[in-house]
Amino acid sequence: MSNSQDLELANAKQQEFTITVYTENQIGILNRIAIIFSRRKINIESLNVSPSEIEHIHRFNILITETEEVVRKLARQIEKQIDVLKVYFNTNEDIIWQELALYKVPTDTIVEKVLVERLLRENGARAVVIRKDYTVFETTGHRTETDKLIEVLQPYGLIEFVRSARVAIIKDSEGFNSKLREFERLDPGQDVIENEFLDQEKNVFTM
Amino acid sequence: MDTLQEVTTALTEPKKTTSVTGSVALLEGLIAEGTDTIFGYPGGAIMPIYDAIYDYKEKLNHILVRHEQGATHAAQGFARTSGKVGVVFATSGPGATNLVTGLADAQIDSTPLVCITGQVFAHLLGTDAFQETDVINITTPVTKWNYQVTDANEIPAALAKAFYIARSGRPGPVLIDITKNAQMQLFDYEGYTPCNHIRSYRPRPFVRNEYIEQAAALINSAKKPFILFGQGILLGSAEAEFKAFVEKSGIPAAWTILGAGAIPTDHPLNVGMLGMHGNYGPNVQTNSCDVLIAIGMRFDDRVTGRLDKYAKQAKVIHLDIDPAEIDKNVKADVPVWGDCKETLPLLTKLVTEKTHPEWLAEFKQFEKIEKEELIEKELNPQSGELTMGEVINQLNILTKGEAIIVSDVGQHQMVACRYGKLNTTRLSVTSGGLGTMGFGLPAAIGAKFGAPNRTVVAVIGDGGFQMTLQELGTIMQFGVDVKILILNNQFLGMVRQWQQLFNEKRYSFVDITSPDFVKLAESYYIAGKKVTERADLVGSLEQMLQHPGSFLLEVMVSKEHNVFPMVPQGCSVSEIRLK
Ligand SMILES: Cc1ncc(C[n+]2csc(CCOP(=O)(O)OP(=O)(O)O)c2C)c(N)n1
Ligand SMILES: [Mg+2]
Repeated sequence: MSNSQDLELANAKQQEFTITVYTENQIGILNRIAIIFSRRKINIESLNVSPSEIEHIHRFNILITETEEVVRKLARQIEKQIDVLKVYFNTNEDIIWQELALYKVPTDTIVEKVLVERLLRENGARAVVIRKDYTVFETTGHRTETDKLIEVLQPYGLIEFVRSARVAIIKDSEGFNSKLREFERLDPGQDVIENEFLDQEKNVFTM
Repeated sequence: MDTLQEVTTALTEPKKTTSVTGSVALLEGLIAEGTDTIFGYPGGAIMPIYDAIYDYKEKLNHILVRHEQGATHAAQGFARTSGKVGVVFATSGPGATNLVTGLADAQIDSTPLVCITGQVFAHLLGTDAFQETDVINITTPVTKWNYQVTDANEIPAALAKAFYIARSGRPGPVLIDITKNAQMQLFDYEGYTPCNHIRSYRPRPFVRNEYIEQAAALINSAKKPFILFGQGILLGSAEAEFKAFVEKSGIPAAWTILGAGAIPTDHPLNVGMLGMHGNYGPNVQTNSCDVLIAIGMRFDDRVTGRLDKYAKQAKVIHLDIDPAEIDKNVKADVPVWGDCKETLPLLTKLVTEKTHPEWLAEFKQFEKIEKEELIEKELNPQSGELTMGEVINQLNILTKGEAIIVSDVGQHQMVACRYGKLNTTRLSVTSGGLGTMGFGLPAAIGAKFGAPNRTVVAVIGDGGFQMTLQELGTIMQFGVDVKILILNNQFLGMVRQWQQLFNEKRYSFVDITSPDFVKLAESYYIAGKKVTERADLVGSLEQMLQHPGSFLLEVMVSKEHNVFPMVPQGCSVSEIRLK
């Protein structure tokens, strides 16, 4: 099989992609980005929006399961929005990611059953709040890990559970500070307005 | 400390400010951007702006339309013929929602518009106040950018950004929603500063020479190169650059419906129209060329037909300013991302001067077949009912390709675009991507304001005319000189054609009755005439064109005539049918 066929197969495979978007802090940009997915009937599996390392610039992490070809097109549509500075998309190999989960359990069962304490420790959970009636534990990790703790706690009367969206750091990213300075120039250099077609050998896919 | 510093600065260099309302700042900004014509309709939430414009009548020509949709289409027509940004005013609620069709049309056809909507007082937002509608969210999918202003201080900068975004890069419609309090608010106005940079927006891509070189190498080695061109050339004002490229490379070039006129209709290398009802040769040859050079076009499905059988044998070079268009529908072997005004001259420099006589002869052969089997009968029928084609043909003879032809949507549109003669750029105005019936009449009004020295002929169907005929009122009130040519086939013809061809002639709700169009025009004090006989056609067209002022000419054409050639849906472009 030739290389290009290999590439085509890889492109046609659905897998998890984490899309990282740097945007201006503008009302309405969340909607503009969200409708790019909903218009194409693509489900967003998780979405996190928070201020980035740079003041006034927000960072989105969007998790979807799609083929690379589809994700590339989505990324271009997102980057086309006026208030979007930059879009990256990465497979799970390219990123370090975590999700945070909170678990509310009746305090009496915890106290009674020493076993629970041990299970929690094994799963890397820690207590955030301990009250007479309930205790809230917290853990971070991948989906499988946070899921496992639900199973563990279910028999002990898990009252409530919540999980955050995925947050991800791109392994090869050099951050956005230097890029932003380029963007701010009237005539940004080639690196910033780079054309993705020449950058395929790079680990970080950019457009 | 901070305050003290500010005070000192203020003392040393006093800023010149005047106290004005948000509304006045808006109008001043529009004038600074070169706006002279506004299409609009007033209402409660935009009254402060209308009060302000009362004193600006000398500088700003406000055209009161009869429906806000008409304002958007008129602004589109204006933008297309003038190359400037079209400006629209509308009130909140129903005024704003009436803009949606025009915004969607402008968005898909990349037409630069700045729409200003009034909005309820800021403190009432979200309370379901009278005529409050969430216009920002309603228009998000159909605008390039939109923004809500709640404080007058924001108006100059928001407007500057709006104009910059609307006309730069791939143009498009923007909307600014201004709450009533901001329109009335007095603030310290420091003058208007146009915008020329937004850090998160890069309208001018960095052109990479390696791609230009790759493209030139492909073109120079090609035996059967073929150019497809679209509106990008008009939007980039790159007609001269394009002509130079075509003439040096000697490559046959075919156009999308919005690219019409980028080079004259009768240029020897212009081989015709692409797509579903385009010409025979260009469609067939798409699947036999070896290098396909797409310039400022987006491979719309009405152009490509079935994608998996589209130009598979060819290497594709795609020149576009919008990176999201590259590889979207057709994979490009050489993507030339950039403004074609910049990329075309670079490419022209590297291509060898050539002619392709044998390859061109193939196109000529297809043209001959199409003429004999179809075009001749369509344009010069000797007997039988009048055809749409012969009306356009006679019009061409009279206007000599110098008139602006605005078309509505349907069979008459395809005929007007296929056969309309265009000697130069910006003479064809039509709704391409959205196919909006009702576009024609208001767009023709705008087209006339955009190019007052040109004859404007609006070619409209009996169905589409009834969608926006209220704009006859605008023509009447403002004395707009628009020649209205209704091609009446007593049917929603295009849908009827499909029902005939694909639904076994089950004519489901396509026979549409019409009022007496001539009498209707008369009631708006617009002269008119109805033609039913071939013998009267030329004289009536002449009468329409020579009439001082607007004129409505209704031509009764064959009821069940079909537009051919046709690439049936789901078929490849090379399966185009001549009958
Ligand atoms: C607003 C809108 N509604 C419906 C359609 C679907 N449509 C496309 S062409 C057509 C028929 C147009 O009839 P007419 O204006 O008489 O033109 P003809 O095809 O007969 O020349 C219709 C209904 C459309 N394009 N736009
Ligand atoms: Mg009709």
